[in-house]
Amino acid sequence: MNRITTILVIGILLTTTPLFTYASSDDNSTASGFNAGEFVMHHISDSYDWHIMSIGEKHISIPLPIIVYSKTKGLNCFLSSRFDHGHSSFNGFKIEENGTNKGKIVEVIGNTMNTDNTAELPWDLSITKTVAGIMVSVVLMLMIFISAGKAAQRNKGKAPTGIQNFVEPVILFLRDDVAKPAIGEDKYQRYMPYLLTIFFFILINNLLGLIPIFPFGANVTGNISVTLALALFTFIVTTVSGNKHYWKEIINPDVPTLLKIPIPLMPLIEFIGMLIKPVVLMIRLFANMMAGHMIISIFVALIFIFANLFGPTVAYSVAPFSILFGVFMTLLDVLVSFIQAYVFVFLSAIYIGMATSEHH
Amino acid sequence: MNFYLLDLFVNPDSGTIIWMIIIFIIVWVILKRFAWKPLLNALKEREDSIADALSTAEKAKLEMSRLKADNERIIREAQKERDLILKEAKDLKNSILEEAKKQAKEESKKILAEASKKIEEQKAASIAEMKKQIVTFSVDIAEKILSQELSDSSRQEKMIKEIVDDIKFN
Repeated sequence: MNRITTILVIGILLTTTPLFTYASSDDNSTASGFNAGEFVMHHISDSYDWHIMSIGEKHISIPLPIIVYSKTKGLNCFLSSRFDHGHSSFNGFKIEENGTNKGKIVEVIGNTMNTDNTAELPWDLSITKTVAGIMVSVVLMLMIFISAGKAAQRNKGKAPTGIQNFVEPVILFLRDDVAKPAIGEDKYQRYMPYLLTIFFFILINNLLGLIPIFPFGANVTGNISVTLALALFTFIVTTVSGNKHYWKEIINPDVPTLLKIPIPLMPLIEFIGMLIKPVVLMIRLFANMMAGHMIISIFVALIFIFANLFGPTVAYSVAPFSILFGVFMTLLDVLVSFIQAYVFVFLSAIYIGMATSEHH
Repeated sequence: MNFYLLDLFVNPDSGTIIWMIIIFIIVWVILKRFAWKPLLNALKEREDSIADALSTAEKAKLEMSRLKADNERIIREAQKERDLILKEAKDLKNSILEEAKKQAKEESKKILAEASKKIEEQKAASIAEMKKQIVTFSVDIAEKILSQELSDSSRQEKMIKEIVDDIKFN
């Protein structure tokens, strides 16, 4: 049920997005005041610098490295501060301000801010806010789990100590209640490292995304590129470990011959099913985390919307409620963080289990 | 409202994907080697040792109950033996008593028999002595009587006559 709703929401989101985009191009009425849509999107989308706060018109942000490669200009590495928040170009590159490529790095003609819209986009391998967020969480992850691993080696045959105490029950849960039932007693061990890595990767990124203080708060798991990569890993692991039985069920399933022979209907459906599984994983995690961040941002934006419409007095009276709801949503998102990490790893385990099981 | 960023947002970005893949693989490899392996091994070892300890405890319990049963058996046997020994001792005592009684009886009988025999003998001896004395006395008395009776002739005649009368010829 949850899956269907998620797909529906995303479907609606995907189909209506061009409408909004179109509508935005001729809507200049909000230019003077506060633009809630821009505010919310800015907080949940990726960017080339890590924005910390704005005081008046002054933006305080951490510049992040830009790494771009284009056929004409070769490999270029520089800090995003060179772009001056998108107001100037550097080394022949700039952040596109409008059009279909808006927000992406494009090449400029000469030293101007003009671009050739038909030109190929340069390869962009920049350390964006999301990538930097991933790196921060990864450093934290390595610190936590390597120290837990060391503790485990040190306490051989003794009671666990320190961080090991927090990590072990979760590992035990994933092993006994996720991997063993889904994959099977005899094969689960091979997949434990992968399942543990994705679980803790998603969980830690989910939780860090909720902390609104630098260097945390990057919307990592609410970024479709990240969830796509994660789902891709599950897809690859599943496909690589697929046994003869798994492939037979896709190519030649046990169904009446009529469903296979003139038109390979069932093999087609099975094949699409194989591809849809990781897509569903990708969209569920992305949509859940993005929605959480979006709602919290909207509650904060509500204060400014009211300030714009009715003045500061109303905004001050709305603020406590906004904050209260924001806190509530944050707590709810803590729960969602755990649930989504669990769901992702559980479904991955089930897919792997389906690929490795001998018989139904 | 301006939702252009949403468009950007659901379009996966190849640079982020590439970074994500690289970082994730590195994390996966490092954690597999330095975190998951030791942690999973530690969990496994602990479980094994607990299972081991439990089975050892179970074995010890079994051994204990076996020992207890053994002990009970030994105690029972010892009790039986004790009873047996006691009974034997009692029997022995009884038999000894019986024997003693019998012997005493026999002894007393023998003593009695000897005593009566001695008494008999002494009786016989005393009777014989008495007879001897009586004979002496009787001879003495008869001597005296005869000397007195036969002092005058009439009395002698009378007596002869009586004796002669007494003699009957049949």
